[in-house]
Amino acid sequence: MSSVIDEVPRPSEKSGFGFFESSATRSLIGGLSVAVAWSIVAALTAFWPDKPESDWVYTGGFAIACGALALALALAAFAGVRFVAFQRLQRVAPWLFALGLFLAAWEAVTAKLGLLPLPFFPPPQAIVEVVIDDWGRLAEGIFASARLLATGYFLGAALGFVTGVAIGWSRLAGYWIHPVLRFIGPLPATAWLPLAFFVFPSSFSASIFLIALATGFPVTVLTWSGVACVKSAYYDIARTLGATQRFLVLKVAIPAAMPHVFVGLFMGLGNSFAVLVVAEMLGVKAGLGWYLQWAQGWAAYANMYAALLLMAFLCSGLITLLFRFRDRLLSWQKGLVRW
Amino acid sequence: MVAAMAGDHSVRGSTLTLREVSHRFNFEGQPLPVLDRISLQVGRGEFVAILGPSGCGKSTLLRLVAGLDTPTAGALLTEGREIEAPDPSRVVVFQDPTLYPWRTVWSNVALGLEARGLLRTHRERIEDALRLVGLTGFANAYPHQLSGGMAQRAALARALVNDPTLLILDEPLGQLDSLTRIAMQTELVSLWQRSSFTALLVTHDVEEALLLAGRVIVLSDRPARIKAEVVNSQPYPRHRGNPHFVKLRREVFEHLGLEDAW
Repeated sequence: MSSVIDEVPRPSEKSGFGFFESSATRSLIGGLSVAVAWSIVAALTAFWPDKPESDWVYTGGFAIACGALALALALAAFAGVRFVAFQRLQRVAPWLFALGLFLAAWEAVTAKLGLLPLPFFPPPQAIVEVVIDDWGRLAEGIFASARLLATGYFLGAALGFVTGVAIGWSRLAGYWIHPVLRFIGPLPATAWLPLAFFVFPSSFSASIFLIALATGFPVTVLTWSGVACVKSAYYDIARTLGATQRFLVLKVAIPAAMPHVFVGLFMGLGNSFAVLVVAEMLGVKAGLGWYLQWAQGWAAYANMYAALLLMAFLCSGLITLLFRFRDRLLSWQKGLVRW
Repeated sequence: MVAAMAGDHSVRGSTLTLREVSHRFNFEGQPLPVLDRISLQVGRGEFVAILGPSGCGKSTLLRLVAGLDTPTAGALLTEGREIEAPDPSRVVVFQDPTLYPWRTVWSNVALGLEARGLLRTHRERIEDALRLVGLTGFANAYPHQLSGGMAQRAALARALVNDPTLLILDEPLGQLDSLTRIAMQTELVSLWQRSSFTALLVTHDVEEALLLAGRVIVLSDRPARIKAEVVNSQPYPRHRGNPHFVKLRREVFEHLGLEDAW
């Protein structure tokens, strides 16, 4: 609708407001207001003294970092006038602006006014401090978590996929596996935790088993339903063209089931995060979950926030990665379903 | 098709014999007879149409010929051998094009060659088949990007690439709009003339049957029995307004019990 209206010359353009209506100008104004918001964070942190008797080491550093970011944003805003690539920042500008305001408010009520009780609510610079001073341990945690998650997830996804195809394809496999799946599948993987740590030789292998179990169930069920939903006409076509059983499974059933399989993979990934953190908190002596638990034991709440933030980045990053993978593999669905 | 390209224009379609073929379905515990002692002899390179009211069992008959199902009684033979399983020499084009949505037009057409492990040696046939149905520019398109007529043409190419000796057409033009339908009827005839396969067409469109086939088999209501056989030996291209054509059409409608409609 707006495109129709845009084609009609509007009186405002004649009255000099046209300057504000070009996308370059709008992008410049948006970018500069974001830069201003971050300058406010920097100024507020630097020039408003911390509450007496607090010892935040990185207050100055945090102010400089915010100031540098503000400067970079201002430069990007000006670059956007000439280079279209920088105008893409316009889309995230409202979010960056809101984030700046949030940080400013957080800084004010913690380090400056001390309205929120310590140590539960540390100021932003305390989290920066943790990331800088304790990066070695955090990096180790990320690496350990990623290793555990990747091993368990791939194992579970692969086994779930194969099982799902087997149940969907073979009557015999369905007869034997389906009841087991119905009985054991709905049990939360964490219920196995005490048993797993007792049965498996190491807490690492026990956790892999739990993560694989949590991933495997949804992948199995959705792969199975995907294979079961394949139109029989697809098989008829392939059979009249001389397809073998192997071809029917690999080239007809599996590709047709892939959209379902991905739903299972997404559900499995969500489940695996939950089990990973629980396993690390209760048994494994490494990883971000363990770090969280350890930080809580020392009442190091800034460390907890840092670990939570990193965990959020890790999880959302992996989900994004899986989306990218799906978009690549199932690009044929574009135009068939709402993408 | 390959034979035609090699310049060999001799008839190479296969024969088809139906001997007292009967078929029953199990419908809610009751036997439901669909086909009743159908006997038919189709010669090499012949174009035979099977015409009948909808739901009379025409498509069931084609599934038996394709080898997708086995009859309750009687026998189906091609080249003197009994039909027991699907074979790429007898390819079906269904009413619904049923292209695989995850494959491009090119790889949909490649399906039969790939299934038989001939893709590497006979790759060029795919281009030929696409050219034959006029889809050369659409090799990389996905099925959802095609119109109904183009999709059905792609399905035809997918069948022809296997160089069938018997092409089984299950109302392949049933879902097309009337203009595309007329154009495709002409194309089907010229494809059949060029490639010299035996063609078995199932349809409920009297004109289509008479335009395409040399012989029209009229089936009764379920359980289907052969009611009549109408031979049309007019040369191609045939014209709907031709007096002889009109006479044959009237004759077929009479066999279908619809003489009052004309």
